[in-house]
This record gives sequence, C-alpha cells and structure tokens, in this order.
Amino acid sequence: MSEQRVTVYTNQGNTSFLKVLRASISDIFNSGFLARQIAIRDIKAQYRQSYLGILWAFITPLTTALVWVFLQSTGTVQLTDTGIPYPVYAFSGTLIWSIITGAINAPQMSTSSAKSIISKINFPKEALLLSGIYKLLFNAIPKILLLIILLVIFGVDYQHSAWLFPLVMLGAVFFGFTLGLILTPIGLLYNDISKLVMTGLRFMMYLTPVVYMIPADGIMKTIMEWNPFSPMILLARSVLVGTPSDHLGYYFLVLLCCVPILLLGLVFYRISIPIIVERSSS
Amino acid sequence: MEEKEVLVKVEGVSKKFSKDLKTGLKYGLTDLFTNVLGGGKPDKLRPKEFWAVQDISFELRRGECLGLIGHNGAGKSTLLKMLNGLIRPDVGKITMKGRIGALIELGAGFNNILTGRENIYNNGAVLGLTKEEIDSKLEEIISFAELHEFIDMPVQHYSSGMKVRLGFAVAAQMNPDVLIIDEVLAVGDLGFVLKCFKTIDSILPNTAIVFVSHSMPMVSRICNHVILMDGGKSIFQGTAVSKAIDLYYGKFANSERTVVMDSDLVSLEKVEILNNRGDELMPILNWKDKLEIALTFNITGLKTYPQIKIFIFDKEQRSAGLLYYQYEEKQARDGDWRVVISHENLQFSKGVYNFSVVLFESYDSQPLYRINSAQNFQVVHDVDSWTPLLLEAQIDYENN
Repeated sequence: MSEQRVTVYTNQGNTSFLKVLRASISDIFNSGFLARQIAIRDIKAQYRQSYLGILWAFITPLTTALVWVFLQSTGTVQLTDTGIPYPVYAFSGTLIWSIITGAINAPQMSTSSAKSIISKINFPKEALLLSGIYKLLFNAIPKILLLIILLVIFGVDYQHSAWLFPLVMLGAVFFGFTLGLILTPIGLLYNDISKLVMTGLRFMMYLTPVVYMIPADGIMKTIMEWNPFSPMILLARSVLVGTPSDHLGYYFLVLLCCVPILLLGLVFYRISIPIIVERSSS
Repeated sequence: MEEKEVLVKVEGVSKKFSKDLKTGLKYGLTDLFTNVLGGGKPDKLRPKEFWAVQDISFELRRGECLGLIGHNGAGKSTLLKMLNGLIRPDVGKITMKGRIGALIELGAGFNNILTGRENIYNNGAVLGLTKEEIDSKLEEIISFAELHEFIDMPVQHYSSGMKVRLGFAVAAQMNPDVLIIDEVLAVGDLGFVLKCFKTIDSILPNTAIVFVSHSMPMVSRICNHVILMDGGKSIFQGTAVSKAIDLYYGKFANSERTVVMDSDLVSLEKVEILNNRGDELMPILNWKDKLEIALTFNITGLKTYPQIKIFIFDKEQRSAGLLYYQYEEKQARDGDWRVVISHENLQFSKGVYNFSVVLFESYDSQPLYRINSAQNFQVVHDVDSWTPLLLEAQIDYENN
C-alpha cells in the first residue's frame, strides 16, 4: 500500500507541454502488449472474414500502376525514359506510395475504429497509435515481397544497396505517420478532414515522381523538387534498383523536421482524446 | 476504529455540455487549442451550453460504497466518466489513489469475429492486465463465465448474457483499489447477478466502490453512502441511504391512476384509506396498523356483485401482496355500492406502496374492470429493509 499511484484529474490548465510529452512517451513504452493485442485482433478480424485476404492490400496500387503501364506502352501518353523498365518504375512507385499513404491514414484510422472503447474504458490511447504502426508494417510486408518478385521478373540486377530499402521505407513511414498524427485530433472531430486528406493525396500523387519522372524544367520541376514526398519515393526506388540519387540531403532534412512535429503531435493527441470523447460520447 | 485511507476525493467538480452538436464541435476545437497552449477551459457557460454536473464533492474511503442515484440525465454517467478519467472536469479536482477499475460497459471492445478466448486477451489488455496475469487467470475467467464449451467459438454467436458474463469475468480479475460500476448488473439472469454480488461483496473490504443504479434494492443492499443527483446537482448526500431512496421515489410519486380495462357495467367512483394518519394525497400508516380500504363503485346491470382483488405493489412495482377474502355470490342492485376491505396487522416494511383494483364478474372468471395505481400509501417505521415484508418475529434463547 505504501507506493500507490495517485491520479489527479483537473481542467488541466496547469499541465506543461513537457509533462504531457513525458507521460505520452512512457505510455508508448508501457503499452507494447496492448498495442500488439489490438493489432493482432484487427489483423485477424480483417482476414478471417475474407477469402482474398491480403490481395486487397495491394489491389489499388497494382491497378493504378497497370493503367499507367498500359497508357505508356500503347503510346497514349509520352513519358520521359526512366532509365529502368517502365513497369518496374510504375509498380515500385505506386507500391511505395501506398505504404506512405497508409502511414498517413494509420493514426486516424486506428483511433476512430476504437472510438467505442475510448468512450468507455480508460487505457493508454498511445497503444492505438502503436498498433496502427504494427498493422502498417504487417501490411507493408506483402507489398515489399511483391515488389521484389516484380524486380526479378523484369530482370533488374541485384544491388547491395537494396538492403537499405527497409530502412529508407521506415523513414518514409515515419514521415507519413507524423503528417497523419498532427491531423488526427481535428480529423476525429470533423469528418471533413479525412475526406480532404484522401482527395488531397490523390492529387498529391501526381505532384510526386510516382508514375513519371520529375520533368527537366518548368513549374512542375520546381513543385516536384520541393514536394517533401518526392525524396521518400525517389530514395526508396533508387536504393532498390541501384540508380544514383541526389535526394539524400533533402530526405534527411525532411525527417529531421518531422521529429519536433511528431512530438507536438503526440502532445496534441493526448490532450485531444478527452475532448473528443466528450464531444462524441455515446 | 481507525479510519481507512481516502481513495477518492472529489472537490467541487463541474462539467458542461453543449446542447448543439455543431457548436459543441466548435467549442471542442477551441478547447483543444487553448489546452495545447496551456490555458485552462473557461469555467463560465458559453452560449448553448449547460451544466451536466455541477459542484459535486465527496470523499470515499477503502471499504466504502457510494451509490449514485437519480433520474436519467441527472448527470450520474457524466460524473462516472470523469472519475474514470475518460473526460476532464471543467471545474474542480478529482484525486484517486491506486488501481482504478471500471465496469462501465462489459465486453466493450469485443470483436465479434474472434473467439471468446482471443477476446479474453484483448479485453484484459485493454483493462490493463499484463499477458502473464491473463495467462495465469485464464482458467478462472473461463470457469467464472461458465463458458468452457464455447470459449473457442466466435463471440458473434454468443447470447447477450454470455457476452456480459465473459466481460464481467475478465473485469473481475482487475483487483482494483477503486471500482466504478455503471448499471452493468441490470443485464444477465438472476444467477449471474447473484454471482456478481458475491464477487463485489468479496472485494468490497479492500476497495472503494462507486455504484450507479436505478435499482434501489441493489443500492440499499451494497451502498453505505448515497448521492441523489438531479439536473447535475447533488440534492441529497450522506449515509442515510433509506432517506435518499425515499426522496428518489418521491420524485416518481405522482404516478397516475390508469383504467386499463373498462366496462359499461361497473366503474370505480372513489377510493379511501380509512385509518389514515397522513393527508389525502399520501395516506400514512404505521407498521402493524390495520389497512382499511373503502371502495365505492357504480353498478349498472350487473347480476351479482363482482369479486374484488386488490394487488399491492411496492415502489419498485414489484408485487408485494394480494388482499384475499372469501367471496360469496350475492344479488346486485344498480347504483352506488360501497365496500370496505381490511387487513389486520399490516407488516409491510417502510416505504411507499400502491395498489391496483381488479373486478371479476364472479369467482375467478373473466376480469371486468381494472384500475392500476388506484391509490398510494406510505408505511412508516424505524427499521430499514429492502424486502417488501417486515415480518414480526420472536427469539427464544434456549441455552441460557
């Protein structure tokens, strides 16, 4: 009885940023089991009710890539030579893109799917974020395997740098997750946000070298080079197929910028949960 | 006796809600930003807001059980959500010590596609149990829920009672210092409810319990403190559980007389309780008084006088008794017919009762006429009992 946890609830006007951040991070470390349990639950539930199962994870990126491969091979659209077989360029682009967008959607999705428990049971909500990452990584594995199969089929030579691919992707996931996290609190209050994000991302794909290269000049070149999504896709693809990359600097700059945003996002998230529960409680 | 430690301390807690969804969302957004910037929420009402909970304070020690009672919408569940840390108070402070367990909705977070066993792990994890704790208690949970046969079946094929049993079985493993219970025991069959009470009784000495219920017998059975809430405010607070319960029932006392079965042949004109110690509106009797009910009927065209049955109900609308007399068939005459039905030595426990009057054409035949809540009356006595009957008894000490 001597060392009992004391919990205090007030209108929290006096809690400091650092205190909330520390609590948030300690909850992340303490909720490993819960996060795993939630992730396993969701993954099992997802595949137990479906025959095609894992196929749904990459049906969208595959069809997008197929459309572009078709457009390019029939000469409907004229694209600059990518230096590697175009199908490899398109498939790698859309698969990597789908992992990044998955990361953006993860925090919002895993939180809103747990809304019914959030309003009834008090548990470390950071576990939901962590479980979102687990699910994301689980869904990324078949996509990466498929990508490797495609590389072999199209005869792309093995590169030592390909071993860096998972690391580069981890960075890309970190970037997407940070973006998603900072939007989550508002997205949980207003449904408009997730719709806006979905539409925005569809548009953003064409400002990113997903299915075509950055043009040599013009306004599009500037936009695509400044676009923080670009170094993620470009670096991941170039370590995979072994083309030289001059986007390393920008890649790390973007990741560096993500660190403070992620910390802010964690604090924002933790503070927002009780407010969201009271505005949406059943 | 040494006072046990205070586990729950609530000081002047208030919470406001918005009446309008869009405005509420807007306020939520404002609160979000002011909170992130370190400012508190304003403690005044903004347009379209109201106090859902206002200025509640109490202390609860280990081994005590607080009952929160009140109408729907009185603010009980909102207060519970604040105690559980799901939402923050706008004003005031809540301090809790130790592990906090909540039975707010049993089986929240069950996934219908997964099996009972898988859901035990999920639910346990959400409630804050570690994997080792669940592993070691798995058998206990399954046998408490009485689900050996079905534990590997998807939860979607469970009956609602089975789900609740499984939910309680997991939650009962928490060993909390503070336990919050919100009406969850209302579901489930009698055997299960009794089992739950047994569990609660066994953990109560080491726990402070906050109990929300509409079932006053349950409240009087386990609570030693009561807060009666109305419109977000506490209108009664203290250890006089029965007084709080009387006040609570008083709020429903205006239950109206309803004729549920009508007839052209007969109608009830007047009801009186003869040896009344109170007023017309709420007749009062002492325990062991004589209950005398005078009824006046208007009869048009009945051949024989009807048989009269008076069913007495307690404040919970549980049947408490039937006034029985030897019926004899007698020629009836049209016009007013007054009878007095009496019962010596009324041994109802203290509380408010009401009775229904049912007329039958002859002995145990078709009912002719029925009026519900024909009259209320109150029995006054010192002894509290949550049973409707308080039977006088004697004791013989045979060995000394």
